[in-house]
Amino acid sequence: MTKPWRDLASVSARELPGQLGVYQLADGTGQVVYIGYAGGRELFGLRSALERQRDLMTAGATQFRYEVNMQYQSRYRELLMLHVADHGAMPAGNVDDHPAHIGRIG
Amino acid sequence: MDLELSEEQRLIVDTVRQFVRNEVVPLEADLDPDASELERADHERLVAQVREMGFYGLDIPPAYGGPDIDLVTRTLMAIEMAQHRAGLYTPCYGVFGGAGLAQLFEANEDQKQRYLYPTLRGEKSGFFGLTEPSGGSDPARAIQTTAVKDGDDWVLNGSKIFISGGDTSDYGIVFARSDASQGRNGITCFIIDAGMPGFHVRRVVHTLRSTHYATELQFDNLRVPAGNVLGEPHKGFAIANDRLSRQRIPYAAGCIGVAVKAQEMAIAYANQRETFGDKLATRQAIQWMIVDNEIDIRTSRWVTLAAADKARQNQPFRTEAAMAKLVASEAGGRVVDRAMQIHGGYGMTKDLPLERWYREIRIRRIGEGPSEVQRLIMARDLLGGSFH
Repeated sequence: MTKPWRDLASVSARELPGQLGVYQLADGTGQVVYIGYAGGRELFGLRSALERQRDLMTAGATQFRYEVNMQYQSRYRELLMLHVADHGAMPAGNVDDHPAHIGRIG
Repeated sequence: MDLELSEEQRLIVDTVRQFVRNEVVPLEADLDPDASELERADHERLVAQVREMGFYGLDIPPAYGGPDIDLVTRTLMAIEMAQHRAGLYTPCYGVFGGAGLAQLFEANEDQKQRYLYPTLRGEKSGFFGLTEPSGGSDPARAIQTTAVKDGDDWVLNGSKIFISGGDTSDYGIVFARSDASQGRNGITCFIIDAGMPGFHVRRVVHTLRSTHYATELQFDNLRVPAGNVLGEPHKGFAIANDRLSRQRIPYAAGCIGVAVKAQEMAIAYANQRETFGDKLATRQAIQWMIVDNEIDIRTSRWVTLAAADKARQNQPFRTEAAMAKLVASEAGGRVVDRAMQIHGGYGMTKDLPLERWYREIRIRRIGEGPSEVQRLIMARDLLGGSFH
């Protein structure tokens, strides 16, 4: 994902889309700490998913970026696979929160 | 072929139907609409139930520990197992177990020890690597991945695309051109380990299926021991071809299952929803859609069961399997489409499974050989006189 990082704490609902998609959370250094998706059960798509993350500040997250994507499940898994390929491990916030079967890439 | 189900078949079908409706469907209320995995505890609990019913490992031959259930009955079961949201590509989320890649039953004993038996125990999984960027419908000519003998090894170079499970499997069955001067007689089938140097998963290929994505694989000087040749060198095409014909029957059954469920939903909605002061079910436009659905479902069902019956009797079934795949995949798409039309706006939402089936069943007209290739297969058999 190449979208610019945005500040998580100051994000307001009207800035966020109601569509489905994927998102990344990062700490202050830009290190990705969580990868998630806003799926079909999310009441307000990325908006409610990211508002929830803003309240939780998962794994020390201070920044976020997202992609609107109807194929959010496969994109979510791809982002996790790419992160493991680049860093050798899941993002800190996904260690106990990821699909049972994640493939390898590279 | 006897058109009536036996008492035993009725019992089995009813058991699977109740299992799907009482155990699988309720779990989907809490899952993401595009999910293809259950929570681990739920998966293990349902596997235990399936084992208790005696249905685990349905497609494993009895000689290898599978339940001794004939192909017609297994086809009837497959129709039932697909009747839930994830059912087209993940029937019952895999809790009935799988037989792995059918070609491994033809492997030598050493290969069975290394790949087949661990697969049957659920310790390993494999992918099927046939299609290449140069094409998939005519594999005998399209395969450009090369296999060159070097001492006791073969060295593979090339790529494969639209490979399901290429990123998660422990091994794969891969077809490569070992003799460039021959067409279909120059293809060799190899079993490759995903950990072999030179094996790369290049990318995820995103498709209409959200969870069951495909992958693109690349082989760079991938060195495969001669002991990993499946069958004989240069005779791999027959292995691929046999698999493609066999796979078309359960592929058709899944389409029928989804169509049956979509029709059930359409009828229920037509009998409940009112427009202009009366039920949708009273409108001729809706009635005709329901009737056309039923014609599509019954036609698909009997063509598919006829193919399964021929295969069960070890008679040639290539034409019947092609016909089943063609009819069921196209009819299933029409049924889901009409069911969405009857549901109106709700049919488009992720509140109902119809939109997922609509996306996924479109792939069925392409996967395992597109409709046009099925017609080609049947035309060859009909005009060549080998169909009776």
